[in-house]
Amino acid sequence: MNRVQPTAPLPETPTFAMLRTLAGIAMLAGLLVVLVFQWTRPIIEENKRIAIEHAVSKVVPGAVTKRDFILGPDGLHAVDGGTAPPGERIYLAYDGSGRFIGVALEAAAAGYQDVIRILYGYDPVCQCVTGIKVLKMAETPGLGDKIAFDPAFLKNFAALDGTVDPQGGTLQNAIVTVKHGTKHQPWQIDAISGATISSNAIGRMINASAQRMFPLIIRYLDELKRGSVPADKPDGGGR
Amino acid sequence: MAPDSLTFIFLNAALINNFVLALFLGLCPFLGVSAKKETAWNMGLATMFVMLVSSVSAYGINWLLTLLKIEFLRLICYIAVIASAVQLVEMVLKRFSPILFRALGIFLPLITTNCAILGLALFQTNREYDFLQSIAFCIGAGVGFTLALMLMASLREKLALAKVPTVAQGAALSLMLAGLLSLAFMGFAGLGGSHA
Amino acid sequence: MTGQLIRQEQVTPDTFLRGLWEENPVFVMMLGLCPVLAVTNSTINALAMGLATTFVLVSSGALISLLRNLIPKQVRIATYIVIIATFVTIVDYLIQAISLDLYNALGAFIQLIVVNCVILGRAEAYASKQKLPAAVVNALGMGAGFTLALLCLGTVRELLGAGSILGFHLFSANFEPWVVMVLPPGGFFVLGSWLLLFEYLKQRRARKAEAAAEVMAHGS
Repeated sequence: MNRVQPTAPLPETPTFAMLRTLAGIAMLAGLLVVLVFQWTRPIIEENKRIAIEHAVSKVVPGAVTKRDFILGPDGLHAVDGGTAPPGERIYLAYDGSGRFIGVALEAAAAGYQDVIRILYGYDPVCQCVTGIKVLKMAETPGLGDKIAFDPAFLKNFAALDGTVDPQGGTLQNAIVTVKHGTKHQPWQIDAISGATISSNAIGRMINASAQRMFPLIIRYLDELKRGSVPADKPDGGGR
Repeated sequence: MAPDSLTFIFLNAALINNFVLALFLGLCPFLGVSAKKETAWNMGLATMFVMLVSSVSAYGINWLLTLLKIEFLRLICYIAVIASAVQLVEMVLKRFSPILFRALGIFLPLITTNCAILGLALFQTNREYDFLQSIAFCIGAGVGFTLALMLMASLREKLALAKVPTVAQGAALSLMLAGLLSLAFMGFAGLGGSHA
Repeated sequence: MTGQLIRQEQVTPDTFLRGLWEENPVFVMMLGLCPVLAVTNSTINALAMGLATTFVLVSSGALISLLRNLIPKQVRIATYIVIIATFVTIVDYLIQAISLDLYNALGAFIQLIVVNCVILGRAEAYASKQKLPAAVVNALGMGAGFTLALLCLGTVRELLGAGSILGFHLFSANFEPWVVMVLPPGGFFVLGSWLLLFEYLKQRRARKAEAAAEVMAHGS
């Protein structure tokens, strides 16, 4: 190869050469990373969008498209990269003809091994939960992980009652997990026998999220139906 | 217990998802430096110290990168910062506490390539912990690492006197022991979830 | 590779095969154990991790080999780490683009390839001294050896722990899976068992060789 510098045993490398090499390598590294990042970013974002849409269509039956919003105590906000308005991210779900049919929300709680994260759907017309999908968990295979696919357990969430008390800002009946085989009320979740902690975690996280969000959804239902952000631009409403 | 409470994060990192026995981070020192309790203790302390330094610096770096919107350079920055943090710790110790340096010195270079350190920084970023949560997570991870190392060292000190079949001497036996320890640590699962 | 005597190596089949068996990074050198145990709870994860590591090994090996005369000795480790981190970041984005599910399953362990001692070890001990072809072939061999080891663990753990391979169920429905195998302790047990097996084979071969030598000695 070429002789760029004398290759005597352990030569005194000048500081300049070291800096030059490090800077050169750093620039090369930065260039490569930026190139790949630019090239893969649209693909990754598309993948993420498909994954979330898939999840939304699972928890809100019949959903075809979704739009992201942030719902807080003072109403609906648009999602734009800048300042984060107070509230939680929700997905408004629409069917094939563009009709608003439900809301998908995220919830999380500590499970048996680690934090469990789920997406669940809410239908403001029947005021009930319409389905759940586990996004992330580390529950024991064969026991706790049944919360993700056990048909009997998932049937709990086909029409789980989440009626909002018209007076106060809470649910009429708190959503609770009950012992396997003792479900009598539409707001109860029948636990999986042998996976009590995981089942309890699901009940707890839905209840906590529902107590916070369902009253807001009902209160701002008109805004949700319009699917647009009022206040900031008064003429921006309607669809 | 709320999933983002400091107690849960600490217990989760130290016991339920022990860095060594459940996440397999830092296995090289775990198998390499666990023959004697004393060295294991020193290694644990040194690691915990470096963890604290790099956790704080990783938090700062991430804040800066997010501010500048160049998150794709995160990994490169983290590894560079950790390597420099180890060097810095080494120099500071040498200058101000020669006794501590003699005890921990030889372990410090080893720690740079310890995946527990980078793992800690990456996990705390992925889970979007705030500053206090990061500290709780990092102390939990350090305690868990030291605990696993000490347990392993105690077991191996006992085993040194036992008669072991020739095929099972060395790494295979250590791995089996680690498996049993890991099985025992699974009993801690549920600590966080059982109480509402 | 012993000492400074061997400067350049010719590319022979052995350059590749060495990494696969004789100097297998996992079973013989016991390097890079974190990913070996952490992501081998299923075959597909093991395969993806193996391929990702191979990619980083080969590309960083090639670049380091090309730049070997430009990198001053004093800052070589820093340079290697930056190069390795670059390729790991690239692999990280590529996997996200290929499959998000896979990315979520492997989690932070893709980024932890940076601290996999196999890669830095190869860079320091081999790629920084050899010409491009030898460095690439050797890195390919090491990568193949690493992937092989991951697959050895991944298949056994998935087969016993879930009764399937690559997601296809192989046993009848009344097979009760050994759940512990896909949990962390299973990783330790399976790797320990493989090491026991190899040690047993090695000792048996040594005994046979000894016996043969004795017969030879008596015969002459």
